[in-house]
Amino acid sequence: MTEKFLVAVDASPGSERALKAAITVAKSSGTELVLVHIIEWSPFSFHTPDELAERHKRREEELDRAKEALLSPAEAAASAAGVAFESIVRHGNPAEMLADIAEETGVIQMYVGRTGGSKTQRLLFGSVASSLIQISTVPVTVVP
Amino acid sequence: MAGLALAMAFIMAAPDAAFASFDEAINSATAPIASAIGAIVFFKIPVFGAQLPLVVLWLVVGAVFFTIRMGFVNIWGFKHAIELVRGDYANPKDAGEVSHFQALATAVSGTVGIGNIGGVAVAVTVGGPGATFWLIMAGFLGMSTKFVECTLGVKYRNENPDGSVSGGPMYYLRKGFAERGMDGFGKFMGAFYAIGIFIGAMGIGNMFQSNQAYVQLNNVAGGALDGLGWLVGIIMAGIVYLVIVGGIKSIARVTEKIVPFMAIFYMVFALIVIAMNGSAIPEAIGNIFTGAMTGEGVAGGALGALIIGFQRAVFSNEAGIGSASIAHSAVRTNEPVTEGVVSLLEPFIDTIVICTITALVIGTTAVAHPGFAGDATGIAMTSAAFETQISWFPIPLALAGMLFAFSTMISWSYYGLKGWSYLFGEAPKLQLIYKLLFCFFVALGCTVQLGPILDISDALVFLICVPNILGLYILSPIVKKELDSYFARVKSGEIQKFK
Repeated sequence: MTEKFLVAVDASPGSERALKAAITVAKSSGTELVLVHIIEWSPFSFHTPDELAERHKRREEELDRAKEALLSPAEAAASAAGVAFESIVRHGNPAEMLADIAEETGVIQMYVGRTGGSKTQRLLFGSVASSLIQISTVPVTVVP
Repeated sequence: MAGLALAMAFIMAAPDAAFASFDEAINSATAPIASAIGAIVFFKIPVFGAQLPLVVLWLVVGAVFFTIRMGFVNIWGFKHAIELVRGDYANPKDAGEVSHFQALATAVSGTVGIGNIGGVAVAVTVGGPGATFWLIMAGFLGMSTKFVECTLGVKYRNENPDGSVSGGPMYYLRKGFAERGMDGFGKFMGAFYAIGIFIGAMGIGNMFQSNQAYVQLNNVAGGALDGLGWLVGIIMAGIVYLVIVGGIKSIARVTEKIVPFMAIFYMVFALIVIAMNGSAIPEAIGNIFTGAMTGEGVAGGALGALIIGFQRAVFSNEAGIGSASIAHSAVRTNEPVTEGVVSLLEPFIDTIVICTITALVIGTTAVAHPGFAGDATGIAMTSAAFETQISWFPIPLALAGMLFAFSTMISWSYYGLKGWSYLFGEAPKLQLIYKLLFCFFVALGCTVQLGPILDISDALVFLICVPNILGLYILSPIVKKELDSYFARVKSGEIQKFK
């Protein structure tokens, strides 16, 4: 079985650098990549009945947008380097969901950018990277 | 928006005198209509000296039947309901779809309205402390009715080509009956319900809410808004207009987020007041039980108290009316029973928890400070009860009341719209007519007095229980089959927890 790395993909420059680092290592070691983007979402948020009725449609749109705008470029970069990959988009709490997917796909390591999200978000909830260090069951490489 | 500005300009320019009797005029025009509708819907039969409205009997018998037919799912389904809401059974791959929690929260904010604060006071005023006991019983039995309607709501909802969903009684009545070879009857029942929910949306979900919000606001302002109901009404209608016509979702979204906190805030302070009246608690609880059994001082005695309790409970938790199944239908699940089970929590939160707490605030205050409320009833009475212990509380209570009223109005505008578009289709122009009408009734609600308002709302909303519960009876074997099959699969491990 080929070994796999997980790479957290979002729109931040940190994530771009994480992808680059993962591709370099993957290329030399013959590792496959699992490219993952998490759309921030909580099952415990409040909505109007209107929004609930439209939710399924919106979710599809969100998934399409994430695939097109975020994962396609990452996939293109991996292809260009000749690295095999699979990609996953999912809704949820970014850190928790990344840790879950890492287990689910059996990766041996994950790559994340150091910063993502806004300053206030980090201040209030901590960054995704620092939460991952607490909860991940696989080694986490945090790329500055 | 232009129309609204014009109306405002007209009102500003008009002499005050022209409006002095405006409230009165509307009032005298509405009262006879209210009593006429009320007389039909609440046709009463005398039973042992009490007047029993047929529609209340209809609801009670239904709730008892569903509780027994579903094998007391309202008791043993409770734990599973909590697990579902917590997301224990949610597949992470479906994350981003409407969760059980979200469907429940939206439905609850539609039912937790001013009725939980004001309606309970009305029940206690008319039905004595004993009405509280029957209120709780009605909440308990109503859980089963709610279970049946929400399971059906999900099972027979429409999944539109654009990915959105439409559900509710009009769909399960139509499709459910058609499945049983009663195509024509199903169509008739679906349409009847749609008309009822549309009209009901103008009453229970609209005029009653805006009326009580105004009463409380005026109460806090020390009567400074006397006779200015029309002005408050127009302002309130304006805000509702901005949300439902202007599409300013942010207002609705903010309300939806504040309401749960307001509910918690309300309950915390209610518990504080009850604790401050500590020594009165045993007597207040005693009064509830003796009142329930003897009905002392209540017209119609114990049965009179029972009737009032049940009537107010349904008015608050809407079990049997079918409205909430419209909101619950939005959940993403392959198992209709799961949403039915989750919906059990709705009458529990609304009636057994929140209404009971309000009743205890009033009950303990009545013991500790007899005659505290004077002639006040409705929300003003609840407010007075709080005031005896926490002098500044009427102000946040008025705010909470406004927000409860507002979120209920937004939810009900949607329920009514679903009925309307079931009848007339989704054409935006027709939907706009509905929305404008809805805003008009918001304003109207502030200008008429509580009595006729309650009569109209009650009558219209209770009217749709007739087709809805009839449908629930006929479709209950289907629900029972789903229920048994689902829990057999949970037991066998075929349906697994994800965490």
